[in-house]
Amino acid sequence: MKTFGKIYMGIIFAVMYLPLLVMVLFSFNESNSTAKFTGFSLHWYEEMLRDSAAMDALKNTLILAVVSTIIATVLGTLAAVGIFGMRNKWFKTGVLSVSNVPMMNPDIVTGVSLMLLFAFVGRMLGAVESLGFATILIAHVTFSLPYVVLNVLPKLMQTDPHLAEAAQDLGSTPVQAFFRVVLPSISSGVVSGALMAFTLSIDDFVISHYTSGSFTTLPLLIYTMTKKRVTPEMYAVCSCIFISVLVLLLIMNLSQVRQAKKAAQVSVLGKK
Amino acid sequence: MTDAKLRGVRERKNRTRKKGVSLLLNFPYLIWLCLFVIVPVFIVAAYAFTDASGALTLENFRKLGVYRDNIIDSFIYALIATAVTLVLAYPFAYFMTKRSQATQRVMMMLVMLPMWMNLLILTYSIMNIMETNGIINNLLAAMGLGKIQMINTPGAVVFGMVYNYFPYMVLPLYSVLSKIDPALLEAAADLGSGGLSRFRRVILPLSMPGVISGITMVFVPSVSTFYISQKLGGTSVNMIGDVIESLVNRVSTRNLGAMLSLVLMVVILICIMIMNRFSDEEGGIML
Amino acid sequence: MKKIIASFLLFVLLFSVGSCGERNDTVDASLLRGEYNKDLAGTTLKVYNWGEYISDGAEDSLDVNAAFEKLTGIKVEYSTYDDNETMYSDLVSGANYYDIIIPSDYMIERLIREDRLETVDVESLSNYQYIDDQYKNLYFDPDNAYSVPYNVGMVGLIYNTTMVEGTIDSWEALWDEKYSGDILTFNNPRDAFALAQLILGQDLNTTNPADWDAAAALLKEQSPVLQARVMDEVFNKMEGGNAAMAPYYAGDYLLMKDNNPDLAFVYPKEGVNIFCDSVCVPKGCQNYDAAVLYMNFLMEPEIALANAEALCYASPNTEVVSHDDYTYKDNEILYPSEEDMPKVQWFHDMDAETVEYYETLWVDVLNS
Repeated sequence: MKTFGKIYMGIIFAVMYLPLLVMVLFSFNESNSTAKFTGFSLHWYEEMLRDSAAMDALKNTLILAVVSTIIATVLGTLAAVGIFGMRNKWFKTGVLSVSNVPMMNPDIVTGVSLMLLFAFVGRMLGAVESLGFATILIAHVTFSLPYVVLNVLPKLMQTDPHLAEAAQDLGSTPVQAFFRVVLPSISSGVVSGALMAFTLSIDDFVISHYTSGSFTTLPLLIYTMTKKRVTPEMYAVCSCIFISVLVLLLIMNLSQVRQAKKAAQVSVLGKK
Repeated sequence: MTDAKLRGVRERKNRTRKKGVSLLLNFPYLIWLCLFVIVPVFIVAAYAFTDASGALTLENFRKLGVYRDNIIDSFIYALIATAVTLVLAYPFAYFMTKRSQATQRVMMMLVMLPMWMNLLILTYSIMNIMETNGIINNLLAAMGLGKIQMINTPGAVVFGMVYNYFPYMVLPLYSVLSKIDPALLEAAADLGSGGLSRFRRVILPLSMPGVISGITMVFVPSVSTFYISQKLGGTSVNMIGDVIESLVNRVSTRNLGAMLSLVLMVVILICIMIMNRFSDEEGGIML
Repeated sequence: MKKIIASFLLFVLLFSVGSCGERNDTVDASLLRGEYNKDLAGTTLKVYNWGEYISDGAEDSLDVNAAFEKLTGIKVEYSTYDDNETMYSDLVSGANYYDIIIPSDYMIERLIREDRLETVDVESLSNYQYIDDQYKNLYFDPDNAYSVPYNVGMVGLIYNTTMVEGTIDSWEALWDEKYSGDILTFNNPRDAFALAQLILGQDLNTTNPADWDAAAALLKEQSPVLQARVMDEVFNKMEGGNAAMAPYYAGDYLLMKDNNPDLAFVYPKEGVNIFCDSVCVPKGCQNYDAAVLYMNFLMEPEIALANAEALCYASPNTEVVSHDDYTYKDNEILYPSEEDMPKVQWFHDMDAETVEYYETLWVDVLNS
């Protein structure tokens, strides 16, 4: 069973990462083709480093993703706890269905309707420019929220509802009870929700396009290239993100494994 | 006061306190939903029931018939993709929980990482791999085997969708599976239940909330998938997401696109409600 | 958990360091024909253009926007779109303003009709003299009151000589069963219909439903032989030898040929669609003077040359076409001689009814 598990996961990871390897390969292509590999070169990495527009876009993308993830995670987790505590079944179903709307709408519908809303509010306030960082941030939080809620809710259902009550009966305030008892037991759901929010934000194009104004993100830059073609320079940018995250993960894993080993040694020594 | 009375008072107090807390927690979220979800839905509805000049009309509703096939196709593809994703992701998430804590955390990131790359670039890469003269076919040719037609088939579209939505199934499954108490399984084994029945009687019911979440997070957005089908499916598949995309993008056809997406929204809502009813009966889960 | 957050922050920091190295942002002042000063320094100019549609300093080219900033002190805020219609819906929503936009012909016609463009006295611009007369007084701006041409291009048929026998001279090749499964076509209704309309000898801008019906019927006949309907993927498919033929723009063929010398190009005898993207100033602009200055700057022979080199489309600038350093000087595909010039048809802005009519037909074609 154990080896089967290893093989199974290995195959899935291989399929998942094959397209990424192809991406890394073509980032080293000599010519500007992303279909025919003509020779190895670091040319596109040089281009990338000199391209301040791409670097700014990358920075914008990351800032937006981090900020929107934090807001969506906090708001979504609280909402999930609230929804879980709701007594009225119809109200509960209603809130959940509404919160799923951004997920079921085609991106462009969400994007255009938000743009119309922002434009309307902007006009009321007499602004020449109603789109910018704030509006794209709102949009990203909005489409991430259902994913956070949907990740936290199942964990809450698994949690013993009496735990929080017990904590409160033992004298802690509801806030303390939440942070000390509820949050730790749902943390893996919160982390998955946050990961999904980050993932959605970092690659959104359509909704961003309609809500961003002149705040340019990397996906905006890449998707608008399609009139001509996506240059391998963008492959280089993505490869850099890929490699650095991979290295980070590796370091994290190694240090944790080492810590775990140390902890094990300490406990063994203690027993002696 | 008697004990029973006392308990009643405390419970009532508890309930009101709980209600207050729940409302308080929900307040920011409910406001957010009203402003940025409900208001935009009304904007979409307003577009759906008017024409380009702004006059009320049911004309858009009448034109829906043209798109019937696309809507049906989209639902079929979304269903297939969701089923395949679930079948592939469940064992994956289960095996994940068997690893050490540190490895689990890293694996979780590894599952999400491919999705941080640009979808367009990833799709190009998948095309490179699957093309008639692509990487796989070149490998096959080098081994003296014949070429297989992969790209521009319905299978390629399903693959693209599964590839794209796989992490959204794995994570909720993983987070519920990791919380199942191993003692429960041991108890079940002690009581003489074999591997399969342990899975059916203990693991599966306990992981149902995660399964439902995963299905929702894969099925709902995949109905309105665009781009993937266009690039990988050739002429074989035409999903409603692509149609809405092009209709809404053009100001003169935006009203019709709005109507289409409104209808799509209603149909998906009905699907979710049916699924909830179903899961209600199965395991008493309310989502 | 803490570690994950910490590494996220580290990761963000890592990439926020920004760029190192500079792109070429200096244009030799002695080569400039117009007058530029720093009177408007400190102001901002918002430019909205197609993605990858300006020389941006990649591969040692000139970074046009940076050069303009350096020369005038005006800050260029540059953003991009991928489609005329996207640009239009952005513009009309009123959520944003722009000082410069570069739409295509039919879109300019619509914008003028809806009174969304500022008039510009183009004759007073010192570099307007370099614009070829054949690109002045075009149908969408007959009095040259709103726009100056930026790029011109024509659609043609690209084919792979190793996969196609002999030469091709007609759009009908895209219907040829011999190449079944190897044929690509446009994935947007207007361009795809145009091919059928050219074969049928129709006016591309017909408003007669019967004409559209006939074209749709022809497109349905094509469906069984098609491999895919594509837009930008055409580059990968044609370069990788995964398809035998595809209709696309002449300039893009030249880019593809660099990576796959087996490719050939023809302007089919039935005629082709021609387009012209022009620089305009939309209503609501906040820096009109800078916008007009930028318009003139884009017509500078040196700047237009850099753009023509980077974009690979035909330049409407006479100084570019005759420039000795120009890679595509006398290129017979970008600049066909008078006798080789194909019959051309422009797209016009269509009324909403016709658009809806052919959109509905298009769904039928897609599902056939």
